[in-house]
Amino acid sequence: MTKTLKGIAASDGIAVAPAYLLVEPDLSFSKTNVGDVEGELARYHEAIKVSTAEVEKIRDSAKTSLGEEEAQVFEAHLMILNDPEFTGAIETEIKEQKINSEAALDETAQKFITIFEGMTDNEYMQQRAADVRDVSKRIMAHLLGKELPNPATIDHEVVVVAHDLTPSDTAQLNKNFVKGFVTDIGGRTAHSAIMARSLELPAVVGTESITADVENGQNIAVDGLNGDVVIEPDADQIATYQQKSEAFLAQKAEWEKLKNEPSVTADNKKFIIAANIGTPNDMQGVNDNGAEAIGLYRTEFLYMDSKNFPTEEEQFEAYKEVIEGMNGKQVIIRTMDIGGDKHLDYWDLPEEMNPFLGVRAIRLSLQNEEIFRTQLRALLRASAYGKLGIMFPMIGTLGELRKAKSILATEKDKLTAAGVKVGSDLQVGMMIEIPAAAVMADQFAKEVDFFSIGTNDLIQYSMAADRGNDNVSYLYQPANPAVLRLIKHTIDAAHENNIWCGMCGEAAGDNIMFPILLSMGLDEYSMSATSILRIRSLMKKLNTEDIKDLANQACFVSETAEDNEKLVNDLMSKLTN
Amino acid sequence: MEKRDFHVIAETGIHARPATLLVQAASKFGSDINLEYNGKSVNLKSIMGVMSLGVGKNADVSISADGDDEKDAIEAISETMKKEGLAE
Repeated sequence: MTKTLKGIAASDGIAVAPAYLLVEPDLSFSKTNVGDVEGELARYHEAIKVSTAEVEKIRDSAKTSLGEEEAQVFEAHLMILNDPEFTGAIETEIKEQKINSEAALDETAQKFITIFEGMTDNEYMQQRAADVRDVSKRIMAHLLGKELPNPATIDHEVVVVAHDLTPSDTAQLNKNFVKGFVTDIGGRTAHSAIMARSLELPAVVGTESITADVENGQNIAVDGLNGDVVIEPDADQIATYQQKSEAFLAQKAEWEKLKNEPSVTADNKKFIIAANIGTPNDMQGVNDNGAEAIGLYRTEFLYMDSKNFPTEEEQFEAYKEVIEGMNGKQVIIRTMDIGGDKHLDYWDLPEEMNPFLGVRAIRLSLQNEEIFRTQLRALLRASAYGKLGIMFPMIGTLGELRKAKSILATEKDKLTAAGVKVGSDLQVGMMIEIPAAAVMADQFAKEVDFFSIGTNDLIQYSMAADRGNDNVSYLYQPANPAVLRLIKHTIDAAHENNIWCGMCGEAAGDNIMFPILLSMGLDEYSMSATSILRIRSLMKKLNTEDIKDLANQACFVSETAEDNEKLVNDLMSKLTN
Repeated sequence: MEKRDFHVIAETGIHARPATLLVQAASKFGSDINLEYNGKSVNLKSIMGVMSLGVGKNADVSISADGDDEKDAIEAISETMKKEGLAE
């Protein structure tokens, strides 16, 4: 019986294959006393024997399908299965306390897990606790006559269905056979979603009930483009999905060809398409998608992924890695944007009524100069390794900008005096995300080397609509003429003062916004790495002469955001015809 | 029975890779081999046992072997300790 579920489209693409349920069976048991100790020991030894054989098989298939490194974890499992202290302790419990194997196993495993997890300063040992847990689960399943899913032994094409996918689950999946993911929970930023995008597998997350609705082996179709999951699709649906999949793959292949091409318009005007990143780990995607610069490196992740303030040295290493990784192409690094919805466990900041209107980003940096100076020193030192731009977030007044710049200048002088090398072509710029700064862009432009427009915040502040609140999400309108006028004014002010202007918000990679921004003459478009080739392809279709009036129309003739969507859609359909 | 004392000098103590190497060295011998630390004694052929002791830097431990090849066992284990910079 065909059934369609709606989830969140987390990774592009289409897959149709039998479902593989990565769901654990119920392993609950009751503790009982046993009379026949010898018989119980035999039952226990049998479970160990079967488990060992099974893990050996998994290890062998993991070695061929996943590689030596991923198979290592199963070697560790085998060591535990045959460990005299572990298996011996269980035997002793069965013999001395005359309890069933399940209870003896559970008590012994808990004892070791508690010891290993207690070594909190030692991550390696904490991982061993996970190994003990995995091994115990396997023995327990055999004692109870149940079957555990063994993803490492998958040998045919499947769509993996799970409540959620953890990093250790995904490490065991054979990428040659897994065609897609569907999960009950999670959003676009869940581990499973990020994993799917980096593996370029279609994924739908947050379906709420997929694990309950589908059975092992039932055919399912995953549409990672719109978030649909169809259980037992009929022949017509399968045919439609095949067409859609082919169209998607053809387009992707088309985009792929643009990877090493410059970003130019139909009339050969050159612009920069850059990538937004959060950590040095994102560099792979940046290079795979042919980014021409890093337009935004969000340094707050350095602070958020850490147990304490990252040291100057740790920051320097991270910045240097990214700068060197770009081989002389520009890297814009934004100083930390903590506050608002981003908090640090180790930094207790006062509660605020309106955190997005409170002490965040540059405001927090200026109130905590030592933390700010540490970051600036790391940035200045890293600037010697390539072409760096330092960018201040949430600047609202000239006073804030001047203060931030003077602290930067002091640190630069100190470093130079101490003989530390600082990049000669270092640029200093600011985000335009507070409407007041956009309005005053002509004044700011005289004191910086570049602007980068942060549309996510500029829109929420201009429209006075919390971007995280679903009830006012209709007000979050990138193409609203009011927002566009602020953007146009900012770009014009930059150009009048001979500085460049970029954009690092989602809007830069939006199909509707892009032609309007191009018409305004925006110089640099920074977006998620995965959007780059799509926008480069779109840019190739646009002729700057043809869209010369688009900006004025969108800002001053259109009355609403909907007008502008129609304006761009009409333009695009004329182009394709 | 052969017995020898060691003073642990490795920065991380005896866990992770060094523990595995010690267990592998001990497992080659037929003798019963034990590691004693802080009044607790575990089977040196057990990775779980060794790791659960949580032997850190500067710990004083003793290793004893009992069986036909006890002398060779203690020699081999001392060798591993020194080669890996674990203890002196």
